[in-house]
Amino acid sequence: MFRGRITAVLAVLALTTGCGAADMTRQASPFANAQGARTVTLSVPSWVGAQANVAVAQYLLEHELGYHVDTVQMDEVPAWDALSQGRIDALLEDWGHPEQEQRYVEEKRTVVRGGDLGVTGHIGWFVPSYFAERHPDVTHWKNLNKYADRLRTAESGGKGQLLDGSPAYVTNDKALVKNLKLDYQVVFAGSEAAQITQIKQFAKEQKPFLTYWYTPQWLFEKVPMTEVRLPPRTEGCDADPEKVACAYPHTPLQKYLNADFAKRGGEAAAFLKRFRWTTEDQNEVSLLIADRKLTPEQAAEKWVDGHRSTWKRWLP
Amino acid sequence: MATLTASAPRPALPGALKRPAVRKLLLLAVAAAVLVPPASARWASGGWPAALTVDVSAPLERAGDWIVDHRDSHPLFLYGLGHVSNAVVLAVRAVYLTLLAAGWAGVTALGALVAWRVAGVRLALGTAAAFLACGALGMWVPAMQTLALMVVAVVASVAAGALLGLAAGLSDRMDRALRPVLDTMQVLPAFAYLLPVVLVFGIGVPAAVLATVVYAAPPMARLTALGLRGADQEVLEAVESLGATARQRLLTARIPLARTQLLLGVNQTIMMALSMAVIASVIGAGGLGDRVYQALASVDVGAALAAGIPIVLLAVVLDRVTGAAGERTGAARRAPAAWALALLAAVAAVVAGRLAGRPDWPDAWTADIAGPVNRAVGWMTAHLYSGVPVVGGTADWAGRFTTWVLDPLRAGLQGLPWWSVLLAVAAAAWLIGTWRTALTAVCAMAATGVLGVWRPSLDTLSQVLAAVAVTLVAGFATGVAAARSDRFERLLRPVLDVFQTMPQFVYLIPVVALFGVGRAPAVAAAVVYALPAVVRITAQGLRQVDPAALESARSLGASGFQQLRQVQLPLARPALLLAVNQGVVLVLAVVVIGGLVGGGALGYDVVFGLAQGDLATGLVAGAAIVCLGLMLDRVTQPTRRRPRKGA
Repeated sequence: MFRGRITAVLAVLALTTGCGAADMTRQASPFANAQGARTVTLSVPSWVGAQANVAVAQYLLEHELGYHVDTVQMDEVPAWDALSQGRIDALLEDWGHPEQEQRYVEEKRTVVRGGDLGVTGHIGWFVPSYFAERHPDVTHWKNLNKYADRLRTAESGGKGQLLDGSPAYVTNDKALVKNLKLDYQVVFAGSEAAQITQIKQFAKEQKPFLTYWYTPQWLFEKVPMTEVRLPPRTEGCDADPEKVACAYPHTPLQKYLNADFAKRGGEAAAFLKRFRWTTEDQNEVSLLIADRKLTPEQAAEKWVDGHRSTWKRWLP
Repeated sequence: MATLTASAPRPALPGALKRPAVRKLLLLAVAAAVLVPPASARWASGGWPAALTVDVSAPLERAGDWIVDHRDSHPLFLYGLGHVSNAVVLAVRAVYLTLLAAGWAGVTALGALVAWRVAGVRLALGTAAAFLACGALGMWVPAMQTLALMVVAVVASVAAGALLGLAAGLSDRMDRALRPVLDTMQVLPAFAYLLPVVLVFGIGVPAAVLATVVYAAPPMARLTALGLRGADQEVLEAVESLGATARQRLLTARIPLARTQLLLGVNQTIMMALSMAVIASVIGAGGLGDRVYQALASVDVGAALAAGIPIVLLAVVLDRVTGAAGERTGAARRAPAAWALALLAAVAAVVAGRLAGRPDWPDAWTADIAGPVNRAVGWMTAHLYSGVPVVGGTADWAGRFTTWVLDPLRAGLQGLPWWSVLLAVAAAAWLIGTWRTALTAVCAMAATGVLGVWRPSLDTLSQVLAAVAVTLVAGFATGVAAARSDRFERLLRPVLDVFQTMPQFVYLIPVVALFGVGRAPAVAAAVVYALPAVVRITAQGLRQVDPAALESARSLGASGFQQLRQVQLPLARPALLLAVNQGVVLVLAVVVIGGLVGGGALGYDVVFGLAQGDLATGLVAGAAIVCLGLMLDRVTQPTRRRPRKGA
């Protein structure tokens, strides 16, 4: 009797799991499509600019096209893997991951390109504008060593502090400091949240600081910052991560879709492919979320109300 | 170089030789005198000698690439792990849909009625309030996602843990094999578990559930084994003499006798699953933890709290209800009529909810707490951060703590010759334990060097030591106060409950707001996290001191302070040592997460590994954290000499 029961259990398991092979790269989130809703799952990266993309896309998908949207917080590289596995359907803002692109788009063909987001991203080193105005020469990397002792903190030891953010973000800062022979110590805030808190504190006391930062970013509206000029880019100057000694590139941010979703995603996939806006649009929504503390949904609603002509073009 | 060797008490008097501690130190000094000169001559350097490291990053990277490339084609994944993953997805989905179908009224009613039958009216009201609060904070759907994930993870953990515990409880050999593994798993920070499961299963719910199961099953296994082994021998003999077979003995005597431990195991498993479910949001678990994580990304303490409060409420309710289930025995709960009534009422609530057409929580009934909380936090940072007259601001304290405590400690540890660190570890572990625990501790410490992360490991260690020192001073003081005053303890208890169940993530942002970025906030978060356990164990230990001993001290005219110093503290020594051990383990867990707020060192490497998909860095750092955890545990864990059973 006992054995009979085990066989029955095994049979049920085999039937429910589709007999034999189970490809875990094609298993959706268990929270998707609950109660018969059409669901799209989007990854929410940890920076607010990308959250603005997701907020607006989510609002329009839900209110104009009748989808249910699930969002999952993910870092950039793991999101590629999840995208390939179909656990998320689309990635709305990618800052350039050539290695992942090669693997998933070119070789495995589980991810397809979704076109430009319309926003151009740029990473750089920044000092607060109130500091740059008093000391205009700080905005050239050659003069940074002069200011090292003014940028010292408890964490940076005897050197100046170069504040870096989340480990998830693209950065060459350690190599840059070494190769440009700067008297600085890279201090990782550990997350963007921590970095923003720190920058706001510095700004409140009008203290000088040097930070890794990027545009488009809503914080510029609250704490005006001026970029420090790094040595100009030359062809292939950042090919070897150890030997980088030039500025960061300007990257047109890209969208990527799961290959299956791109084919079978219907209206949602068509909409996400057409989704394309400007830096100003993105900043407007980001600022509502991060500074005015609106929920992403409220922020998106506000933007959608005011920009009908922009998003009408995205609808299939 | 030979300073440490010389400082050992070599010219000891023969009388002192009789003390085991002195004997151990002497032996160690002799061993050091023989081993250190050749070793330091051969590999003379400040840090760990490069000749003794093994580079594991290349093979790890190859393994990672292989898995990613073959995950959709290799039979191991298609016919093995794929089914595991699939089963998890199906199970979580089934539970989630059931919860959604029951609607908020149904789930609340069911929860409250189960709590009523198991634990009484007061907890039933508490349960209902907790569920309603989830809805009122606008967190109903995330709460159900977390609950669905938890139900599956807890069921799997309890099943796996009970099976392992059964094996360990019935077979001495299994017990010997499993015990060190389980002991070790219990001291490892949750963070160290995430990377390997992500590697195999990818980001998402299956990985999160499996990480949770691995994290939450050990206490169940330990307590099951403990319960089975602790059964009263006389009862067992009586049952045996009645001619019961082995299986009958197990089912009718040993398992029922172990009931208290089993329920305690379930309780612990649930609590650990909840805390892991939150951390697992880093690897795509979704639910409440994900909301906390998203809010922290935009420094939104209010929104983080809105998601954190339901977690805390669920935790407190689950803790109390399962705890009460362990305490209450007898007929009251068995009454089938009352159970039927409860079930009927729950079904009625579900039907009523559906008829009213409101299975989802109505939007109009949600309250926004994020705004006011953020204003309060803003005020605090604006007024307490720096430049407060006389005492200085919190940022000034953090700076001073970093400059005067953390920096010298780190520089000191990293400046020590590597063999002297190992020697110190050996001495500390041997004094409190056996030569075997000392050997484990030394090997674990050495392993961090072999893996090539000696310096970051010592950096993490310096933060742990500083945090533990602060925790113990504050914890013992509070614990003593709580043990001496009933009123104080009653006030403290709910606070401790809440703090012990708060997700570790939530601690991070207020400390950043108060102390800035760096190692100081990581240490502060660790202290706040570890404090409740230390306070609680200290207070309990002091209270459990034999009342007769206290009474006799009092009759001899000892003052309150004398009673404490000369009777209570010495008698509570085992509890105090346990508090130290727990403090160290908990501090390590949070110091590692401090990598998210600038703690640097090993925690940062793990975060980096997860964020960049850089397996080599992350796994090596994870392994080093495991080694550190093992070392710290062995150095602080007093081992009672176990009755020798052939081992």
